[in-house]
Amino acid sequence: MDPRYDVELVAVTKRYGTATAVDAVSLRIPHASYCCLLGPSGCGKTTTLRMIAGHEAVTDGDILINGANVTLAPPIRRGTAMMFQSYALFPHLNCLDNVAFSLKMRGIGKADRHRKARAFLALMHMEAYAERLPSQLSGGQQQRVALARALITQPRVLLLDEPLSALDPFLRIKVREELKRLQRELAITFIHVTHSQDEAMAMADVMVVMEDGRIRQAGPPREVFEQPTSAFVARFIGGHNVLSGDRGPIAVRADRCRLGAPGDGPHLSGRVAAVEYQGGMVRVALTIQDGDEISALVPDATFYRAPLEPGDPATFVWSEQDVHALQSA
Amino acid sequence: MFSGPGRISGPSADRPWTFYALAALFGGWLLFLYGPMLVIYILSFQGPNGGVTFPMVGTSLTWFRDIFRPEQMANLPVAFERSIALAAVVSILTVVISVAAGLGFRRRFPGSGILFYLAVASLVMPSLLVGFGIGLGFQVLGLPHGLFTSALGAQLTWTLPFGLFTMFAVVNRFNRSYEEAANDLGASPWQRLRYVTLPILMPGIIGIAMGAFTLSYDEYARTTLTIGTRNTLPLEIYALISSDTSPTLFAIGTLTTAVSFLLIGITLAVVLRMQRRRRQLNSVPPLGSTG
Repeated sequence: MDPRYDVELVAVTKRYGTATAVDAVSLRIPHASYCCLLGPSGCGKTTTLRMIAGHEAVTDGDILINGANVTLAPPIRRGTAMMFQSYALFPHLNCLDNVAFSLKMRGIGKADRHRKARAFLALMHMEAYAERLPSQLSGGQQQRVALARALITQPRVLLLDEPLSALDPFLRIKVREELKRLQRELAITFIHVTHSQDEAMAMADVMVVMEDGRIRQAGPPREVFEQPTSAFVARFIGGHNVLSGDRGPIAVRADRCRLGAPGDGPHLSGRVAAVEYQGGMVRVALTIQDGDEISALVPDATFYRAPLEPGDPATFVWSEQDVHALQSA
Repeated sequence: MFSGPGRISGPSADRPWTFYALAALFGGWLLFLYGPMLVIYILSFQGPNGGVTFPMVGTSLTWFRDIFRPEQMANLPVAFERSIALAAVVSILTVVISVAAGLGFRRRFPGSGILFYLAVASLVMPSLLVGFGIGLGFQVLGLPHGLFTSALGAQLTWTLPFGLFTMFAVVNRFNRSYEEAANDLGASPWQRLRYVTLPILMPGIIGIAMGAFTLSYDEYARTTLTIGTRNTLPLEIYALISSDTSPTLFAIGTLTTAVSFLLIGITLAVVLRMQRRRRQLNSVPPLGSTG
């Protein structure tokens, strides 16, 4: 029993026949934190989430929620609730009955369960849509109903499977603020699966980077960004150049790189492959000798003092103090 | 002076010759499909002195009355009742078995492939042979032939594969995350079936029930060798055709068609009412409904 952690994974493994989807994953998620499972598709992040939810049997290892071993418990006994990627709102029930569903399963009377369901719809600002069918709602509205339906079970851990992927970019940023606020207000743990590093960096207290069924790095986003442990993590979270140093691979943040002259310190020469104006910064991509591409994020004022065009020769410069050594792969 | 489609797709003179060729083909097909039936419906109102062919000698309901005259067609109403009862039982059994099987087949299990082929094999076997085999089997085992024994079994060999195929199509479109959501919200397996899976699959299930009912209602080949002594309606009508030639046969045709349309009409009305009720539920002013 260790109540400091809402969720603990102990060497959790999932095998499908001979293929290993999740390989001995261990993780501790502190009380009331926002945790993002991040990784490319097929990395095992969704399988991990589904094992925590109880929708996927664990091949080996243990899952603890609030100190209790729930590895073999049915979903409802775990203190988790899941919001599905497609929301999975029951198409034949209106919003009110969707939200009240778990109460109905527990045998709570109609008046009581509807009163409570209305309160949770109100929490999500959806009380005006109580009588609508899911098909009559927009994607964002369906998501609010799905959240209300999950939260009414009063979970200790809310599991979200790519909750923002079905929304348009503007709504996505608005909804991620709301999710974060909701998590703080409810003071429960959210575990959010995503393949977008922006999303994970913006929202997570704990960011878990996965690849090939393993956790490559877990920690606060700032720690992961400043001290990526491997070339994979550095590349996947973006904003880094992975270069070969004297004692193995190194990472240098793109915003710490400059375009200058060979005398300025460690450097690489190449040709400009692309110039991307990003507002305050300009990203300059260079192709170096061996065909690799590296990029520098240069403040716009600096760039436009000596603008470059694709094809121009350029020298890519960084400082020794910005070098971050990576584990050799 | 054109209206309708002619106007939308431009002057009709611009249409290629293939349009007329295909339209003629389609018209001919419609005539082939509905012409004979139309003739039967008209002739069933033949006057009392008329025959089984045109011209009409006046009009009357004589031949309809004839159906219910005990001394002539004593068996028809009884056969009709038998057919309806059998079709209802076949329909219920087909729904129960094929829904259960369709849900079960979502999971691969040892022997599922073989089981599937065994289940649908009777579709490709000649109906008459299947009926003959079942009839013979009952005889060998010394079991009596009857409506709800051998005939029921014979009809199920026909309706079950159809029900199973329909169910596969229905289940294919069913998103499994609905069931996972139900589990997540604490539904027991029975609650999940009762409140989530079956309601979502209901349109498909109604389709299976209707399909099985109509397949059973006019089944002939399998039933004829397994029914025993008391005929269903198609068998009775067939027996009449070979013994009697009067417009009564046409009246039977008109009447059974009317029954079919009545059935379709009732189903349609029920579906429409369900839709309207759902619409009314949802047009309640959003904030005014305080439950």
